Amino acid sequence: MSTTSSIAHHHPAEPVRDHHEDVHHEDHGPEKGWRRWVFATNHKDIGTMYLLFSLLMFFVGGTMAMVIRAELFQPGLQLVDPMFFNSMTSMHALIMIFGAVMPAFVGLANWMIPLQVGAPDMALPRMNNFSFWILPFAFSLLLGTLLVPGGAPAGGWTMYPPLVLQTGNAFPMLIFAVHLMGASSIMGAINVIVTIMNMRAPGMSLLKMPMFVWSWLITAYLLIAVMPVLAGAVTMLLTDHYFGTTFFEAAGGGDPVMFQHIFWFFGHPEVYIMILPAFGIVSEIIPTFSRKKLFGYDSMVYAIASIAFLSFIVWAHHMFTVGMPLAGQLFFMLATMLIAVPTGVKVFNWTATMFKGSLSFEPPMLFALSFLFLFTIGGFSGLMLAIVPADFQYHDTYFVVAHFHYVLVPGAVFGIMAAVYYWLPKWTGHMYNMKLAKAHFWLSTIFVNVLFFPQHFLGLAGMPRRIPDYNTQFADWNMISSIGAFGFGLSQLLFAYLIFRSMRAGAPATDKVWDDAKPHGLEWTLSSPAPYHSFETAPEVK
Amino acid sequence: MVKIVKCALAAVLASLPAAAFAAWELNMPVGVTELSRRIHALHMLILWVCILIAIAVFGVMIYSIVKFRRSQGAVAASFDHSTRAEIVWTVIPIVILVAMAVPAAATLVRIEDTRNSDLTVKVTGYQWRWHYEYLERNVAFFSSLSRDSDAARQLDSGIDPESVQNYLLDVDKPLVVPVGKKVRVLLTAGDVIHAWWVPAFGMKKDAIPGFVNELWFRADQVGIYRGQCAELCGRDHGFMPVVVDVRSEADFDSWLKTQQDNTKTASAAE
Ligand code: HEM
Ligand SMILES: [Cu+2]
Ligand SMILES: [Cu+2]
Repeated sequence: MSTTSSIAHHHPAEPVRDHHEDVHHEDHGPEKGWRRWVFATNHKDIGTMYLLFSLLMFFVGGTMAMVIRAELFQPGLQLVDPMFFNSMTSMHALIMIFGAVMPAFVGLANWMIPLQVGAPDMALPRMNNFSFWILPFAFSLLLGTLLVPGGAPAGGWTMYPPLVLQTGNAFPMLIFAVHLMGASSIMGAINVIVTIMNMRAPGMSLLKMPMFVWSWLITAYLLIAVMPVLAGAVTMLLTDHYFGTTFFEAAGGGDPVMFQHIFWFFGHPEVYIMILPAFGIVSEIIPTFSRKKLFGYDSMVYAIASIAFLSFIVWAHHMFTVGMPLAGQLFFMLATMLIAVPTGVKVFNWTATMFKGSLSFEPPMLFALSFLFLFTIGGFSGLMLAIVPADFQYHDTYFVVAHFHYVLVPGAVFGIMAAVYYWLPKWTGHMYNMKLAKAHFWLSTIFVNVLFFPQHFLGLAGMPRRIPDYNTQFADWNMISSIGAFGFGLSQLLFAYLIFRSMRAGAPATDKVWDDAKPHGLEWTLSSPAPYHSFETAPEVK
Repeated sequence: MVKIVKCALAAVLASLPAAAFAAWELNMPVGVTELSRRIHALHMLILWVCILIAIAVFGVMIYSIVKFRRSQGAVAASFDHSTRAEIVWTVIPIVILVAMAVPAAATLVRIEDTRNSDLTVKVTGYQWRWHYEYLERNVAFFSSLSRDSDAARQLDSGIDPESVQNYLLDVDKPLVVPVGKKVRVLLTAGDVIHAWWVPAFGMKKDAIPGFVNELWFRADQVGIYRGQCAELCGRDHGFMPVVVDVRSEADFDSWLKTQQDNTKTASAAE
């Protein structure tokens, strides 16, 4: 535990920035009481709210996952009605995607982008407030559907018509909630782009930006491009349901498959929205704890950009079984396989960063390493799914469930956890308990594999996804998977404990936090905790 | 006599994979059609490609983690790029992927070739059962979850699923087809989207209201093959299995004849 001991040596919080008398900036601290949060315009306060909201949703969505895995613990229906089971899978996905992963990344963007580009705050603070405060309404509405006649949405997070049109009173609530989440994301994205484009410290050219900032810049463009597409798709569902249109109804000249095309035109870039910022995070952490510069910075940037571009032309790989012309299938197969190339470049570059480095294994590095291995496994199964004839077997089975959980849990979620463990002392000014954090890491990494690896086997053996009960031949692996799920779920209580604990107590953090690793980046030139207004005078970047 | 024994043996053998390895099954089983075998071969190929790449990449990662530990006194080198290495690990994956795409495309072409079929069955998905119609043969019927399974699958039914034969994978009336014949399946749906899937045939396709999709298979072993609906279709999506009974041509013909007679008596009675 070399880090802990070296960090215990504490600097008094001395602001690095100069206080010029002639700067007529209102240098006030936070407001008192609830006004600080409701009227928040400070990027750190808003970032904190985003992150805590995301943590709350992580547990709400996680509870639903526990219901799913409890029902699947053994064959036969023991706990819930199949309709409620379907509501659980649909709500779990919607909440984890839009409530946990995306807000966590926006929270990290809020906290870290101004710190990393040397800005005092985000460019559009009032819009920032608005985009956060929409979320509690959106999710109250979505969770409220659990109480209305007809039950919560049960047609899957993909909301395919005609099935989704059978939703009861929850239907308009679902649509409106999706609209709100989309509006919130778009505003968040605009704010990120404006901040990065206009508020970088003098000397920080685009190709000198930290990788986290780069990844978010590109993610923000993806968000602005595809959230309106989703909004359009769900609005068409709404008018089909209530206003007599037949966009997706064959009997009226419409086309149910059209919805899938529109949805996945949003949906595939969306999955990259959930992973690119994690790429950025890992690209910050691995060099720090390898004590070596990121290998191939330029190609890392180009890789992200090409992944973003390709993500717009692969959507139909989610729809190989709907029946497409041969040429279409071949095109989408090739384009999907191509995405593996820039993704591979990223994995190779991270590996090359560690090669001949000087590695230490603090909690952020442990999570980044777990990301590196397990995300890659998700990439391999993605490659398998891209092979169209094989996808005819894999599609809509647990193999797909295993694939996307590998890229989303040890991928996106571990990326978020790595970021929290990396920057938490900078936010709170306190170190957290390294031993407990390492325990959290090991428990999470072991259980996530117990949970998701057997799902590959289940899918290959023929178990469809989204079913509440199954043939006895699938019993053994399902039980193992459920045990992994309960273990993973419980382990996350440690994560919450560590976060709340470090808000109040813990050894004081130094400015560099990880002194031993000498991290690069402007955020480490500020005191810990970072001052309320980050950089009032722009730092100089050489 | 020998023939009957052979048939029975074949049937037992065919049902073995489902029964014997089922529990801790790790891999995709090999099916009983040309397409399913080709698909299985592709699956194994891409799996091995992934495993080999994984060994190389994870090998270097693990080596670095073990070898370049600060606690062991490792000192960081200062290189931060290598154009040559980067070109190598961009080009090699492209080559591997193109090489993968070729057999995949060839199989796809074969899959899409639905010409010259011997028998056409129209399959319609409903919430929550399948309807089978033998085109131009005047036979049609619904196929729903078998009673035993249906009783056992009720919430807290108290019936142990282990005690039910082919729990959730059994129907009252399976689709019957002749062995060795090219069967073309036309797929559509009456309400929401479903998907018709028999793993042993390798094929899965969506049944979409207002559309007609096609797939084909030629089973080369007599036997009973089981699958499930593979597209979320509402409350009982998990309870609409697909069962196909592949019979010898003679058995199929006599079965068809009985069905046609039944249809005739039924319509005469009306
Ligand atoms: C090497 C890169 C990747 C490839 C080649 C790939 C390929 C695929 C394919 C072909 C499918 C459709 C499978 C099917 O439904 O039959 C799929 C599903 C999915 N992928 Fe990936 N993928 C990759 C990376 C990712 C990443 C990075 C994420 C997210 C972080 C992701 C998230 C998902 C999700 C959520 C689904 C399922 C959506 C649903 O049906 O509900 N994938 N992937
Ligand atoms: Cu995709
Ligand atoms: Cu279904």
